[in-house]
Amino acid sequence: MSRVRYGRITRRFFRVWHRNLTVYRKIWKVVFLPPLLEPLLYLAAFGVGLSVLIGTVHYEQKEVSYISFIAPALIAVNIMYNGFFENTYASFVRLYYQKTFDAMMATPLCLEEIMTGEIVWAASKAVVATAIMQGVISLFGLIHYPESLLILPLAFVGGIAFGSIGLFFTGTVRAIEMFNLPIFLFITPMFLFGGTFFPLDNLPAWAQKFAMVFPLTHLVILARSLAFGSLSLVLLWHLAYLLLFSAVFFALALLAMHRHLIE
Amino acid sequence: MEYLMKAEGVTKAFGDFVAVNDVSFHVRPQECFGILGPNGAGKTSIIRMTYGFSPLTQGSLTVFGLSIVKDWRKIKSRIGVCQQENNLDPDLTVQENLAVFARYFNLPKKEADKQAKKLLAFMALEHRRNDKVTKLSGGMMRRLVLARSLVNDPDLLILDEPTTGLDPQSRHQVWEKLDELKSQGITILITTHYMDEASRLCDRLVIMDHGEILVEGAPSDLIRKHVGQEVIEVGVPSRELRTYLGSQDMTYEDLGHRLIVYGDKGDELFHKITDDYCEESCVLRMASLEDVFLKLTGRGLRE
Repeated sequence: MSRVRYGRITRRFFRVWHRNLTVYRKIWKVVFLPPLLEPLLYLAAFGVGLSVLIGTVHYEQKEVSYISFIAPALIAVNIMYNGFFENTYASFVRLYYQKTFDAMMATPLCLEEIMTGEIVWAASKAVVATAIMQGVISLFGLIHYPESLLILPLAFVGGIAFGSIGLFFTGTVRAIEMFNLPIFLFITPMFLFGGTFFPLDNLPAWAQKFAMVFPLTHLVILARSLAFGSLSLVLLWHLAYLLLFSAVFFALALLAMHRHLIE
Repeated sequence: MEYLMKAEGVTKAFGDFVAVNDVSFHVRPQECFGILGPNGAGKTSIIRMTYGFSPLTQGSLTVFGLSIVKDWRKIKSRIGVCQQENNLDPDLTVQENLAVFARYFNLPKKEADKQAKKLLAFMALEHRRNDKVTKLSGGMMRRLVLARSLVNDPDLLILDEPTTGLDPQSRHQVWEKLDELKSQGITILITTHYMDEASRLCDRLVIMDHGEILVEGAPSDLIRKHVGQEVIEVGVPSRELRTYLGSQDMTYEDLGHRLIVYGDKGDELFHKITDDYCEESCVLRMASLEDVFLKLTGRGLRE
């Protein structure tokens, strides 16, 4: 009873997911706006502004326009944000202020199912946000189809990875302000150095290796390869890393939440 | 089934601190069983163990003849829990709060809607159906929490301080609803530190302190046994009165500025005391559960 048991997880976790969907549907008009408008802002700023300075980027033995280089990275960053922020700030509010999980614990749900529902919800939200954003970016002809259809399931995997680590922090921190720390130490460095706005090759060798620890680096490589329509076996390695990262932090998230909630 | 719920030697320790120490009690079907105690007595810890939120350190707990360790899901699907805090879902409306909660019990949508409608009518909340819960008054929120705990038609209703913080009108309304539920045959396990609430609702109860059960019984039996039928309160007692009481075979409590005399021969004694030892500030009243409670748990402040 007093430890995490994965065997208890049944399809009931879907009820928790459904609760979040019910709330989401009430505010969808607001939630839809960022993924719809953000890529337009970025593409305008980078496409109109920076592109002129940069021109093309040398990537995987090819010259590509800067704007098509960063477009898939923007999608990957969006996946990261959706997964991470849903399972940090939003989950924290449900945990601390609304006591939603306490109420759920008095029903046939168990802690493992509640947390699985939270993480799968964050991943689902990432998929929806990706679909909207990808739709906008596709209008500019920056994405190669049909390969890029795989970005949607990729968004789910990325959402699980970043949702899990987000929920791990939620179970660990004791005040909502403390999320600044993982954002500053983890999210922002990835956003800047995860192969997003410039190729990893531009970094010194040691930094290139270090960047491979970041889950976003792998997510960006996968999204970019799909967007360019250049599939290769090496992508499986990046996918494997993301899955492993997800599994480790899923377990750690459940453990942290168990420690936090079960007394 | 003779007992609906059985706690045997239940112990809960948080590190070195023992919150509940070797507690045993049995709840019969269709009764209202109360757990009374000052703050920190271990009431909520027991409640949290009964619905599997908190694992037992030692002992055993069975509900409906099932073990909470093995059959927690079966038990949890047949109980309703009204937690101390109003943890309603502020993102949802009144009606949605019930409907979403019903889903956690795997109720199909149609049945959940029917159940929500029925419970809103029962709790007189129909007119606020589409309001956000944050707009409700304290009493209404409490009724909604109670309605929510009934969404699965539970066989056992667990209430953790259900009327704390409510105004008298709302408290009486909650009690009436609980009376109605009781008459429908539901079993209730309730914690409270309101003695009037316990006297009014409970068929049997235990008084706890420091994680242990001090006494168990029906409220009226406990009053008779521990304080007698009547109580005389004397404000500003004189030395003569103290000497007199000391010479008699009486149970009394000396609070310094105030004396509390327990006894069955209250009427006679009252006249004796008022005539001989004080002119005013003497009160004769019926003994209550509060007297029992204070006598057993002491008058010192907690926490």
